[in-house]
Order: sequence, then structure tokens, then C-alpha cells
Amino acid sequence: MDTQQKFTSRTWPESPEKTTLEGKNKFLGFWLFLGGETVLFASLFATYLALKDQVPNSEHYLAKDMFELPLVFIMTMLLLTSSLTSVYAMYHMKNHNFQKMNTWLLVTVGLGLTFLGFEIYEFNHYVHEFHHTFTSSAFGSAFYTLVGFHGAHVAVGLGWFILLMIRNSKRGLNLYNAPKYFVASLYWHFIDVVWVFIFTVVYLMGMVG
Amino acid sequence: METQQATSANPKVNYEYRRKKAKQEMRTHVTSFALMIFMTLIAFIMVMAEFDKYYVFPVLLVLAAVQVVFQLYYFMHMSHKGHEAVSLFLYSGALIGFITILAFLTIVWW
Repeated sequence: MDTQQKFTSRTWPESPEKTTLEGKNKFLGFWLFLGGETVLFASLFATYLALKDQVPNSEHYLAKDMFELPLVFIMTMLLLTSSLTSVYAMYHMKNHNFQKMNTWLLVTVGLGLTFLGFEIYEFNHYVHEFHHTFTSSAFGSAFYTLVGFHGAHVAVGLGWFILLMIRNSKRGLNLYNAPKYFVASLYWHFIDVVWVFIFTVVYLMGMVG
Repeated sequence: METQQATSANPKVNYEYRRKKAKQEMRTHVTSFALMIFMTLIAFIMVMAEFDKYYVFPVLLVLAAVQVVFQLYYFMHMSHKGHEAVSLFLYSGALIGFITILAFLTIVWW
């Protein structure tokens, strides 16, 4: 099948992401990758839970001294909303509306960038205010590895969306790039899934004790 | 053309039906988003209210799990057909992840 074939919203297939063999393979392969990512993040969570508040002496700050709920709340809302906006993007992708899909993807990227900005502010604040660094304690190492890994995933997701938008800006929607957009949005949702556990386990449970 | 055969014999009827279906699904997504925001709010309020931790922890974890189910089954479309292999991958990952966390906590906290 010609993947460069031009479509209209009327001829556009129902599941464009799984119409071609390549799309089907991408879909399956990407979920296999997400299964692996689950294990990766679970082991980082396990490490964090084991090393939480493990500091060499009482001069070091603990989780409940540092974390601030308003900041975490804003970050959670940003990422959760960006998850919905990427659902909107995929809704327009399935309706073969290239313009609207790109608009929603742009909103998603904007929200993701804001999230990342808050995270950089947060890390900077911990390092300078509390001397809580990657090498200051086992707690610090575990914290920055877990939350930083998630932040890196956000950065990769943003780069992915931006590259897709630039590369396909003049191409329009076809069966060649529809699976690419779909898989990128799955990745973005998965980042939000991980964040749900980070704000619950690291921040909220960290504040309680 | 292969792609048109895959949809319907009458593309016009099919088109309108699909548009309607997609719109309805989008409405479900917005509802699940509202529910997820609501669960997040409850979680934050519970922590701010400073309840006892043995009461708060399980509720927080349940809220997170429910939110993730919404995310996976609605936003990531796992409720649709053709996600059998996908579920196998994800749940295998989740099982191994769960065992890892359990093992670490047992070693460290016992």
C-alpha cells in the first residue's frame, strides 16, 4: 500500500495508526517498550522508597522539610491537562484534521515546557536552599534519579512532538505519519502515568511521613 | 483501494457514524479527565488536612491506581479491541515492577 497516498476526511480509515503493517508493528513494539519502561520506573521507585530520608547526619534536610504542595499541585495540573490536550490532538488526527491536530500538539508542548520549567526551578531551589544534591546523600541520589528520569522523559517527549511537527509540517496527514503521531501521544500519556505515582509516592506520601 | 474497503461499502453513512462515535468518545475522555482532576484534588486535600498516615497512605495509593486505570483504558485506548498483546506486555511489566518494589521494601524495612 502506498503510504504517501492523499486522503480526505471521508476516505481516511477508521484506525489510521493500525492500517499499515508498519503501523501495526509500531503499535505492538511501542507497547512492549512501555512494558519495559514500567519495570524501569518500578525499580527506580523501589530504590527511592528504600533510600528515602537516608541521610548521613541530622544537618541534611528530609523530604517533608523540602517539598512544597502548591508547586507539586501546579506541576500535576499542567501534566494532567497536557494529557487531555494530546487526546484532543489524536481526536483530530482520527478525523483527518491536520491543522487542529497540530494546534493541540502545540498546546501540549507548551504545557510540557512549562512543567519542565517548574521542575528546573524546583531542583535549583533544593540544591541552593537545602544543599540537597545528587551526591549529598543516598536520599538525594535516589530522589534525583527517579524524578530526574521522569523529567528526562518529558524532555524527550517534547523533542519528539516538536520534531514530528517540523518534519511533517508540509506533508499533511497520511498513513506514513499517522502511526508516528499516535505512538508519540501514547508515550506522552505514559509520562503522565508515571507522574501520577511520583506525586503520590514521592511528594504526597513524603509530606505525610 | 484496500483502505476504503476496510471501512464500509457506503462511505458516507460510515463517515457520519464514525464522526458521531469519535465525538462521543471525546466526551467520555473529558469526563474521565474531570474525574482525574477530582481524584487529584482529594489526594492533595487529604494530605493538607494532615490525617493519620495509616489512613491516608492506602487511600492515596488507591486514588493513584484508579487514576492510572483511567489514563490507560481511556486516554491510551486500552478499552478498545485489539489490545490483548498490549495488556500482556503492560501487566507483565507491572508484575515484575511490583515484585521489585516488594522485594526492596522487604529487605530494607523488615
